[in-house]
Amino acid sequence: MKRVHVNEELCMGCGLCEVYCAVQHSKSKDLIKAFKRETPKPVSRIKLLQEKPISFPVQCKSCRDPLCVSACLSGAMHVDEKTGSVIHDEERCIGCLTCVMVCPIGAVRINPNNSEAVIKCDLCQGSEIPACVKFCPNEALTLEEG
Amino acid sequence: MVKYVIIGCSAGAVGAVEAIRELDPVGDIAVISEEPIPAYSRPMIGKYLSGEVNLENMIFPSKNFWEKQKVQLFLGKKAVKLDLTRKEIELEDAEKIGFDKLLIATGSKPIIPNIEGVTKKGAYTFTRIADAEHIRETVHAIKAQKAVVVGVGLIGITVTEALAKLGLKVTLIGRRDRVLNQVLDQKAAEILEEAMQKEGVCIVKGRTVQRILGRKDNDDMVGGVLLDDGSAIECDLVVFAVGVVPRTELVINTKLKINNGVLTDRFMQTNILDVYACGDVAETYDFVVGKQRVLALWPLARISGRVAGYNMAGLKLEYPGGASMTALNHFGVPIISVGLTTQSGDSEGYETLVFHDQKRRIYRKIMLKSGKIMGMTLVGDVERAGVIFHLMKNKVNVEDFKHKLIADNFSLASLPETLRKQLIWEVYNEFHYSPK
Repeated sequence: MKRVHVNEELCMGCGLCEVYCAVQHSKSKDLIKAFKRETPKPVSRIKLLQEKPISFPVQCKSCRDPLCVSACLSGAMHVDEKTGSVIHDEERCIGCLTCVMVCPIGAVRINPNNSEAVIKCDLCQGSEIPACVKFCPNEALTLEEG
Repeated sequence: MVKYVIIGCSAGAVGAVEAIRELDPVGDIAVISEEPIPAYSRPMIGKYLSGEVNLENMIFPSKNFWEKQKVQLFLGKKAVKLDLTRKEIELEDAEKIGFDKLLIATGSKPIIPNIEGVTKKGAYTFTRIADAEHIRETVHAIKAQKAVVVGVGLIGITVTEALAKLGLKVTLIGRRDRVLNQVLDQKAAEILEEAMQKEGVCIVKGRTVQRILGRKDNDDMVGGVLLDDGSAIECDLVVFAVGVVPRTELVINTKLKINNGVLTDRFMQTNILDVYACGDVAETYDFVVGKQRVLALWPLARISGRVAGYNMAGLKLEYPGGASMTALNHFGVPIISVGLTTQSGDSEGYETLVFHDQKRRIYRKIMLKSGKIMGMTLVGDVERAGVIFHLMKNKVNVEDFKHKLIADNFSLASLPETLRKQLIWEVYNEFHYSPK
């Protein structure tokens, strides 16, 4: 199973991971257009955490025993049978926040544009390397197996 | 004879079937349910009533789950008798099903107050999809304008929001001094109450309903309610949401030990060998108070069901326990509340940390005892909840960084390095509720 690993020591706290995550999940997928022209504003699915001097982004790690899946009220949060990744089906989500209550690393985020569904890292489905990993200027983020 | 028989087809049964099939891909499983349809997301019936979701979106946990797991469903069939000696279940139509292992996952049923007029047309409870359908039919048939909801718990708030969304003028009546009194303190409740009032909900506190009044033109139909102070409130329908109790009627005359719910050990087994119980019907372990009690909560039903399933399939796995844990997002106010949250002041060795920003409608409260988190309430800004829940569940001593827990920028990054790294490692590798 693929996971984004974070090397805290290498993270500079620049926040580009958030920027490119938002772009990747925007309508235009274009940096300028996404932030200048799109309404609602694109939202990042990962959050850069900072408590200086420490900084690192947190993204869903697809726990081996995901509590969010067990706790989900609607069945939106589920484990992909093929990849083992935790998948969130936003269409089925009702925004009840139960997953937010139990995620041990706080990887599920509130969508400021839609209170009816939460958001989380989807490993940039469809692309080989997630945007946060691809655009991290200091190689603090890496995509690894297991 | 069926190897595994489960009575009840909801979250507990789903959890149990998932676990059994991980360990035993071929053993026969039968699930018996009084309801005519297989498991659906019960917490979603509010959104079903308001028309935001349809039944298809509510199928739980996914389409074709029971077929894929090779489960034989007995739907629309009520189990009426349990014979522990012969290890047999009798259904309403006299059919008998023998079992090797049995799981009682019958859930809970709503309390219907014993007051005059409760049988009038237009008086409802709200725990099943059929309730939502009946209410919706009534709303349309009589073009209902006004509703009364009795009870200020989670179900009461849910049905109030749904009725308000349907355009009804709702009066919410509770005998307590605030909404969600079991999980919210005064300040947290106030934030939610304000939001509800803004949406036109009228909240009447400290009152009980004495009688349901009939309509002037038809006494068989609900026309209003009479309160204990003598005042009357006109309405076209009334929904009772005054709590639920475990559905123990099937087991009440057997040797199974029952307190408030069916007693279980940490392996979800009852006092009788091969007979297990989970979810709302059972008394299960609460890791905050350190004892077994009824915790009628959807996530815990599925999780305790899973633990029951593993044990039924032969793997001894201990249930780590649940807690009073509520997440809700009604009337635009996100709220998460876990553990002990309503105690006031610093009594009995409890320490309370509070952050309140009235303008931003943000409220955070942490209850501590001997450096350990006993409860949290978060209103408005809830993204940190999971990290705190985890510290709480693992009984981590937070004395050295406790003030950070309620600060604006608290996150995983605020934890001491060793703790943070250990937590992430656990996320990758540990099993909270399953072996694998």
